[in-house]
Amino acid sequence: MTTVVSQTLYLCARTLRNLSRQPIWIVVMVVQPMFWLLLYSQLFRRITDLPGFGTTSYIDYLTPGVAVMTAFFSGSWAGMGMIEDLDRGVLERFLATPAHRGAIVFGRILESSIVATLQALLILVTGLALGATNGGAPGWFIILAASFLVAAGFAGLSHGVALRTRQEASMIAVAQFIGLPLLFFSSLLIARALIPDWMQTLSLLNPVEWAVRAARGEALPGTSWTEMGGFMLLLVGFVVATTGFATMSFRSYQRTL
Amino acid sequence: MIIRSHAIAPVAPDRHPRRRGDGKAGACRKSCHDRLTRHACRRREPLAYYRPVDAIVVDGLEKTYKGSVRALDGITFSVPEGQVFGLLGPNGAGKSTTVRILTTLTRPDGGSATVAGHDVSREPGAVRHSIGYVPQASGVDREATGRENLLLQGRLQRMRGAGLERRATELLETFGLAEKADALVKTYSGGMKRRLDVATGLMHSPQVLFLDEPTTGLDPEARAAMWDELSRLATRERLTILLTTHYLEEADRLAERVAIVSRGKVVVEGSPEELKQALRGDAVAVDLESDTAERAAEVVRALDGVHETVVDGRRLHARVEHGAQAVPVILGALDGAGVGVSAVTVSRPSLDDVYLHHTGRGFRSDDEAGS
Repeated sequence: MTTVVSQTLYLCARTLRNLSRQPIWIVVMVVQPMFWLLLYSQLFRRITDLPGFGTTSYIDYLTPGVAVMTAFFSGSWAGMGMIEDLDRGVLERFLATPAHRGAIVFGRILESSIVATLQALLILVTGLALGATNGGAPGWFIILAASFLVAAGFAGLSHGVALRTRQEASMIAVAQFIGLPLLFFSSLLIARALIPDWMQTLSLLNPVEWAVRAARGEALPGTSWTEMGGFMLLLVGFVVATTGFATMSFRSYQRTL
Repeated sequence: MIIRSHAIAPVAPDRHPRRRGDGKAGACRKSCHDRLTRHACRRREPLAYYRPVDAIVVDGLEKTYKGSVRALDGITFSVPEGQVFGLLGPNGAGKSTTVRILTTLTRPDGGSATVAGHDVSREPGAVRHSIGYVPQASGVDREATGRENLLLQGRLQRMRGAGLERRATELLETFGLAEKADALVKTYSGGMKRRLDVATGLMHSPQVLFLDEPTTGLDPEARAAMWDELSRLATRERLTILLTTHYLEEADRLAERVAIVSRGKVVVEGSPEELKQALRGDAVAVDLESDTAERAAEVVRALDGVHETVVDGRRLHARVEHGAQAVPVILGALDGAGVGVSAVTVSRPSLDDVYLHHTGRGFRSDDEAGS
């Protein structure tokens, strides 16, 4: 057990360290979410005049949404790193060592979660500076937790797809295919009450929506911790399922060797 | 053909870096199927002097990939502890598949194999602890430094603490990478990168090292440097090395014993010297002006002192007692038969000739057939 944990951490540290050496990557990761936050908050400033938002502060509404959106993107593109390791023979070298097989996948998933949580923290700080409150410490915590989980869930899915397709082009196609639909089938940018009923119903199947609803709960009066807890549990279930999928895909990749 | 059984390795420290002369003992592989009888093969020497240890035993491995490519067709060989063993053959012959099975990356469809005493299918974890693997496609992390690569490799092999750091530093020095130890691997030259690959494979001081095409893609200078490095390594550490290569020169230079692999099987096995000596005489290669090789072969075959002839496209290979004496005779005979000749070469037997002799195909033409 301790081996899995320590090896997961070593492998995760490797990818984080490699990322930290790419200045452009860091700039984009830092600037992009803040850009979304500033852009949307200006673009849709008056949107909370519409009924159904439950709050008059769009920045309060938007901060959790942008954090979740960023985490979702960060997770769904994670498989690219796996394909790179695969192409360069790094994965094969790991497989010829007694490294725990699960740790190879878990390390990668954890990488996405850590990156997403750091980004969420940055977004939160920016949001607070722009006047958001998000319900104080418990609300902030749940934004970070939801970002962590949604990134992990989609990273699992992404790594699973990467290990099955083993092609960058296929990987990109899948990530793009799920990207925008999942964003728009959610109340990430706009109040749920303003979304057509059928879309509201479908959105309940969308892990992005679960994360948004959990993360935003504290900012909206009248949301119970039970409801937020329920969405968090769904997210945990999603993470378990996609991690399982990634692990199974890893085994199927090994069988093709 | 004399094929020595090296199944029983000397424990004595007097290992020659390349070849260990052991007389003519044990020319009985076919009759020796188990260790006890192999013991008996070496009764010229006191038994206590030898220790029956095969670091690698490969027994009838079979592997068919999807799309029905038969990669391995009952390949069998064994490598005693401490030996440098070369698997030689063209691309597609099954060398890499064999290595991938021995390193537990691929599962065989049939047959069995043990590495350092552990069955590759039943105890893959123990095998992975005992081996170092240097894949053909590098496998080091280009975005990390040399030292970071070594440290991670050590950690995955469950090394810890000061010993881990020390071993990494030691290997970086040994492989001439100390200066670039903390530079990113993507700034390394091809030769440096390959040396780091080998160092990575050695990080946890494995018992058996697998080198899959260690010098493919290197320029001649880097290749020669790598050869020096590997010969030194083989002398210094009591390490069993299985090396795959499609460079005949490389096998000749590094391996104490060689198995020539063609189409998923071992066609012949022995030390490079033995294999060459067994051919008797010199090799004469005649390049013909037109597609008259079959006719030419008939003419040459009828001459005295010609042991064998093999046709390989427009080239006729003949094995003769004395090259210098045979050439005028052969040319005269071909001229008499009206066969035009564009070039003739005479050479001492090379592993290329061994390959040709045992497969009936030139090395390159098999390469094309195999891939």
